[in-house]
Amino acid sequence: MSVPSDRAALMWDVQQFVFREARLQDDHEYAAWDELWTDDGVYWIPANTADGTEVDPEREMSILYDNRSRIRLRVKQLLTGRRHTQEPKSQLRRIIGNIEILSVDEPDVRVGANSIIFESSIRDDTTWAARNEYVLRYGEDGLRMAYKKVTLANNNRAIFTLSFLV
Amino acid sequence: MDGLSRAHSSLGGRIQPDRVHGSLYTDPDLFEWEMENIWHRVWVYVGHESEVAKPNDFIVKTIGRQPVIMTRDRDGKVHLLLNRCTHRGNQVCSADKGNSRSFTCPYHSWTFANDGRLMGYAFADGYEGKDKSQLGLGRVPRVATHKGFVFGSFAEEGPTLEEHLGGAIETIDRLVRTSPEGEVEITAGFLKHRTKANWKFVLENECDGYHPAFVHQSIFNVAESGIGSLYGAESTAVTRDYGNGHTEVDLRPEFRRIGQPLGWFGTNPARLPDYVSKMRAAYGEEKANEIMIDGTPHVMIFPNLFIAEIQIFVIQPIAVDEVVQHSTALQFKGAPDLNRRMRQQTMGSVGPAGLLLADDTEMYERNQRGIAVRRPEWVFLGRGTHRERRDADGFRIGHSTDEVPSRGIWRHYQGLMEAAP
Repeated sequence: MSVPSDRAALMWDVQQFVFREARLQDDHEYAAWDELWTDDGVYWIPANTADGTEVDPEREMSILYDNRSRIRLRVKQLLTGRRHTQEPKSQLRRIIGNIEILSVDEPDVRVGANSIIFESSIRDDTTWAARNEYVLRYGEDGLRMAYKKVTLANNNRAIFTLSFLV
Repeated sequence: MDGLSRAHSSLGGRIQPDRVHGSLYTDPDLFEWEMENIWHRVWVYVGHESEVAKPNDFIVKTIGRQPVIMTRDRDGKVHLLLNRCTHRGNQVCSADKGNSRSFTCPYHSWTFANDGRLMGYAFADGYEGKDKSQLGLGRVPRVATHKGFVFGSFAEEGPTLEEHLGGAIETIDRLVRTSPEGEVEITAGFLKHRTKANWKFVLENECDGYHPAFVHQSIFNVAESGIGSLYGAESTAVTRDYGNGHTEVDLRPEFRRIGQPLGWFGTNPARLPDYVSKMRAAYGEEKANEIMIDGTPHVMIFPNLFIAEIQIFVIQPIAVDEVVQHSTALQFKGAPDLNRRMRQQTMGSVGPAGLLLADDTEMYERNQRGIAVRRPEWVFLGRGTHRERRDADGFRIGHSTDEVPSRGIWRHYQGLMEAAP
């Protein structure tokens, strides 16, 4: 499949993908979420950038900076059922909004969105806010995710454990 | 009650040789006394010289709950200044770090040099006859450095840093040898992990060799990691109490038994050829091999610096039930290929999303909630008392899973808390 020329059709595909990803994360459908990634997927949650500071993830610490094999490892760890920080699992509901198509570079679509996540864990209830950037790629079986960057609004401050899929 | 009798009555038998009372983790009054008797008295790790590498660099750190600006003045000297205007107490610095020759208080524009001197105030005619030299920023009275690690003490007098570090000073010397240039750098930025637990749970866990097999079972099961066996029942590694609250899990017996250079780092010389050749050039083949087999230490420098092989943690107490863990990859001067791997492994394992530390932190928080339960009142720390012994240097050691470190921490803690203020 290639990028639809009709903008409404493109937005429909993107929204459906992003909403589906959010639901799989909220529902801890780890294996199905893992399937969303391309083979070269990069999942990045930077630290210390929320005030506008630029950070090079190859040189400085990020909260999470996973290549494809580490994404898979993270999922496998969750699937053991012994990832204590997610047993019992966080109860999650999130809203993804303000979805924009930022650019199209066939077969890739760059997408921006905001997210608000409500987490209820055995510690307490926590609200998270983030700017998400995605690169979604059209392939034989539709869209997959090649890149996701989650910039938490408070990523330069001390934050609680973030062990669910963001 | 005066401070002395308060301190005595506050402990009141709550620390015994193989058990401590649960209220030591939950008592808010005790937390305030810890600030005075520990955090504002002993040498506390503040930061590393490489975090203020250039003249006029600064970075904001803490000693206990006190915000401290670590600066390097234009002549290269490192200062620990308190972030409080001497006029009416406003914060003079709101940035986390930067480069500046001076700090100007935003309230009435008093300006301080980065060595703490008051340079000037607005509308100076209102201060005719006043002595500016008496109005410099507050400073941490004693500052001392070992191998680039900067420590501060709020006590005007007391043991030197070398005396405080005691036998544990060798672990820092051992650490820096892993650099072909003999220097560590802290340049990768920190992750800040907020944790609803008493700081002493973190302090004790850092050299608890009993938990990894259980807390980290999920990652040991799915990653090809040799860490798990280091902490098994058959391990030859030892726990050590250096005194002064410093504790270690010494993994060298295991690494020496395996005898593989860079085995401690889960790799081998073929994968880091540049590093290995630099190490051999710097130390000679035999010594370089010895360093690369032994690896870096796993040592908790009381009260707040944990050197954890490939990364450091800095423990910042916030409240009786809250602590922030700051963590970053160690970087070794002259070892870019080693450092890259340090950063990748550190990012994977520590911080709020870490494959290891998120589970440790889960344990800290559950421990904080569990300890508040009324019965039984005690924490049992008797593991391995029957096989505790002294090493050649006279330090207490035990099996890698024994509670020698916790007992050592509490012994030192008791001495500090019961000392006259």
